Amino acid sequence: MTLQEALFNYLLRLGDNALIQGHRLSEWCSKAPVLEEDLALTNMALDQIGAAQAFLKYAGAIENKGRSEDDLAYKRAERQFFNNLMTELPIGDFSFTIAKQLLLSSFEFFLFRGLSQSKDQTIANIAAKTLKEVHYHLAHSRDWCFRLGKGTEVSHEKLQNSVNALWMYTDELFEMGEADEVLMEAGIVFSLKEIKPKWLELVSGILDDANIALPNVDYMQTGSRKGIHTEHLGHLLSEMQFLQRAYPDASW
Amino acid sequence: MANDTQLALWEVFIQSKSGGHHVHAGSVHASDYKMALQNARDVYTRRNEGSSIWVAPSSCFSASGPEEAEMFFDPAEDKLYRHPTFYTMPEGAKQI
Repeated sequence: MTLQEALFNYLLRLGDNALIQGHRLSEWCSKAPVLEEDLALTNMALDQIGAAQAFLKYAGAIENKGRSEDDLAYKRAERQFFNNLMTELPIGDFSFTIAKQLLLSSFEFFLFRGLSQSKDQTIANIAAKTLKEVHYHLAHSRDWCFRLGKGTEVSHEKLQNSVNALWMYTDELFEMGEADEVLMEAGIVFSLKEIKPKWLELVSGILDDANIALPNVDYMQTGSRKGIHTEHLGHLLSEMQFLQRAYPDASW
Repeated sequence: MANDTQLALWEVFIQSKSGGHHVHAGSVHASDYKMALQNARDVYTRRNEGSSIWVAPSSCFSASGPEEAEMFFDPAEDKLYRHPTFYTMPEGAKQI
């Protein structure tokens, strides 16, 4: 794997995670439990889609085949996406969205803090900007975990069930492959294994404060690094890409 | 009016630039001050309006009503001399 191929692949991972998670958050538009939360979730969706735009634009430039961020977002098929499986899971109920955001944002907190020191200046810049947004996403989901976890019996049970259901998708966030090795050698990225214990410490601390038990799960899902997804991504893409598929290169 | 089934009401004040006044922007529903600050951030500073936010429970505010308006405000109507309009502006001063 050349450095260029590795970088392209890694940027797709970053861009696709942001794009798919952003799309899922946008599904809350007009459906959140209260108006304020409707705005909060869609604000976060826009943060994510902004990050996706930046990463995919850079991915297109690295690939150097004339593909724009829009081409990459709307004209790739399911097997060509490298987002983590967790991002594509349906939004579920509010507790599921909050639990998912907590697990992802706490991962992104360490990821982008590390990448903001990258030798690749473009990645470092996007990571530094994204890190500010992630701080807020993390605070938002953390505080909601406290409220739900220590709220009523029902809210506690819902949050606990959501964390349990999501846990088997967490290992995959830290999977490393050939692209990671190549880029680590060039000083562009760092080892995800380094941040896993820090992530676990942060998440278990928050869950503990929220009276939520750490799930005991043996089986961990895998696949996204190879472009293998859950059955949910295809449906998501059919909706997200509808316009470009039905009216290619439409503009207004 | 239907009963408000949402969380408690908080008043939001936004400061647009550091050093400036906090101006009343509106209100949000929230269960605690952290949520109130976050909701205020999400509702009222999305277009870069803010550099600082104050929130306070709406129940902490007392407001004058229309019935007090005459007593409160009419007596000031004929006291033009309270406006510093009889001074000449020093040259170069934008405001005094």
